[in-house]
Amino acid sequence: MPELLAPIAGNVWKVLVAVGDKVELDDELIILEALKMETPIYCDDGGTVSEVRVKEGDSVNEGDVLVVID
Amino acid sequence: MLDILKDLIYSSGAVSLTGGNLVMWLVSFVLLYLAIKKQYEPLLLLPIAFGILIVNLPLTFLMEPEHGLVWFFYHYGIELDIIPPLIFLGLGAMIDFGPLIANPKTLLLGAGAQAGLYVTFFAAVLFGFDLQEAASIAIIGGADGPTTIFLTSKLAPHLLGATAVSAYAYMALVPIIQPPMMKLLTTEHERKIVMGKLRPVSKLQRICFPIVTAMAIMLMVPTAAPLISMLMLGNLFKESGVVERLSKAASNELMNIVTIFLGLSVGATMTAGTFLSPKVLFIFFLGLFAFIVSTGAGLIMAKVMNLFLKDKINPLIGAAGVSAVPMAARCVHKVGSEANRRNYLLMHAMGPNVAGVIGTVVAAAILLKNLG
Repeated sequence: MPELLAPIAGNVWKVLVAVGDKVELDDELIILEALKMETPIYCDDGGTVSEVRVKEGDSVNEGDVLVVID
Repeated sequence: MLDILKDLIYSSGAVSLTGGNLVMWLVSFVLLYLAIKKQYEPLLLLPIAFGILIVNLPLTFLMEPEHGLVWFFYHYGIELDIIPPLIFLGLGAMIDFGPLIANPKTLLLGAGAQAGLYVTFFAAVLFGFDLQEAASIAIIGGADGPTTIFLTSKLAPHLLGATAVSAYAYMALVPIIQPPMMKLLTTEHERKIVMGKLRPVSKLQRICFPIVTAMAIMLMVPTAAPLISMLMLGNLFKESGVVERLSKAASNELMNIVTIFLGLSVGATMTAGTFLSPKVLFIFFLGLFAFIVSTGAGLIMAKVMNLFLKDKINPLIGAAGVSAVPMAARCVHKVGSEANRRNYLLMHAMGPNVAGVIGTVVAAAILLKNLG
C-alpha cells in the first residue's frame, strides 16, 4: 500500500483529495507551506485514496505519512 | 504686520527647499510605493523612506548633531554600532541551523559565495573608490542588511544610505536577480538532481553549535565579535529551550523596536547633499554586480564540490550561499522544482543559506580588521 510522505517539514496548507478519490500519477494531492512558500506534493502512483492522515493547518515533519493510496 | 508675515515666510522651510530636496522626496515616494504597494521588505523600506522624506524638509534640523531627534537615534544606534548586533540577536533566535549541522559541507558554499565580495572589492577600487568605500560596497554582495550597515558605518559612513538601501533592495529582488544566473551556470541535468533526506540533528548538537561556533569564529577573527556573539547568543536562547521568553523577546519585541530606529536612521542619512552624486548611482550598479558574482561563485563552488562527492549535491543550492535568509533558499527551491517537480531543495538550501550569514560576517570582519 503506497504511502505519500512529506518531503519537507512544514504546515499543511491545503488537502486536495478525500478518501475514495481516484488519483493518478502526478496529481497534486497536498499543498504544504514552509517558509511562507507553497509546495505542492504530487502523487507517486495511481490508485484510490484509502486514508488521509493530515488536515489543513497540521504541522508535519519530513517523512510523515500524508496520504495512503491503495 | 508686514514684518511678521515676512518673518513667517523666511522661517518656513519652503523657501529653503532645493531642487535636490525635491528629488529626494521623489526617491522617498518611490520607496514608499515599493514598500506599501509591492511589499518589498516593507518592515525596513517603510521607515527608511519616511526617514528620507523628513530629513529633506529644510530647517527641521532632525539630523543636526547633538541637537536633532533622529541624529540621536543614528548616533547611539548606528554610529556606536548598537543596533546591527541587536538585530543579529533576534536573527539568531529565529534561525534554524539544523540543515547546516546536518550537512556541514554546505558551510563551504556559504564561504564560496563570499568570493563575489572580493571580486567586487577590486572592481570598486578600479573604478576609483577608496579602499574603505570599496569594502562597504563589496559587502552588499553578501546580501545581509545588518552586516552591510555595521561595516559601512565603520568604514564609510557617508555611503551608509546607499549601501543599506541597495542591500535591502537586492534582497527583495532575489527572485528576479538569481534565477537567470542559476540557469546560466547549471545544466538541466544538474538542476534535476534530487538530494536525499537530511540526517536528523540531536538537541545536544543544536545546543553545542552556537557555543562552539561563537568560540571558534571569535578566536579566529575577533573583529567579528559584536555580530557573531549576539547571533549565537540568540541561537542559544532558541535551542536551549529553557528561556523561551528571552528568545521571543529577542526575535519579536526587541527586533521590531530596533528595526524602527534602524530604518529611520538609515533613511535619515540620505540628505540631498550626500545622496545625489554620481558615486551613489554607481554603488547601486556595483552592488548588483556583487550580488550576481556572489550567486555565481556559490554555484561554481557547488559544482567543484560535486567533482569530489560521491553523493552529488544539486549545484543550485550554492546560490543560497548569499545570506538573504530565506529568500535565496526559497528561490533555489523554486528553480529546482521547475526542473523536476519532485525536487524539494528548500531545507537543503537552508544549509548554505545560514552558512552565508556566518560567511558574510566573517568577510566583513576581515575587511574591518584590515581597513578599519
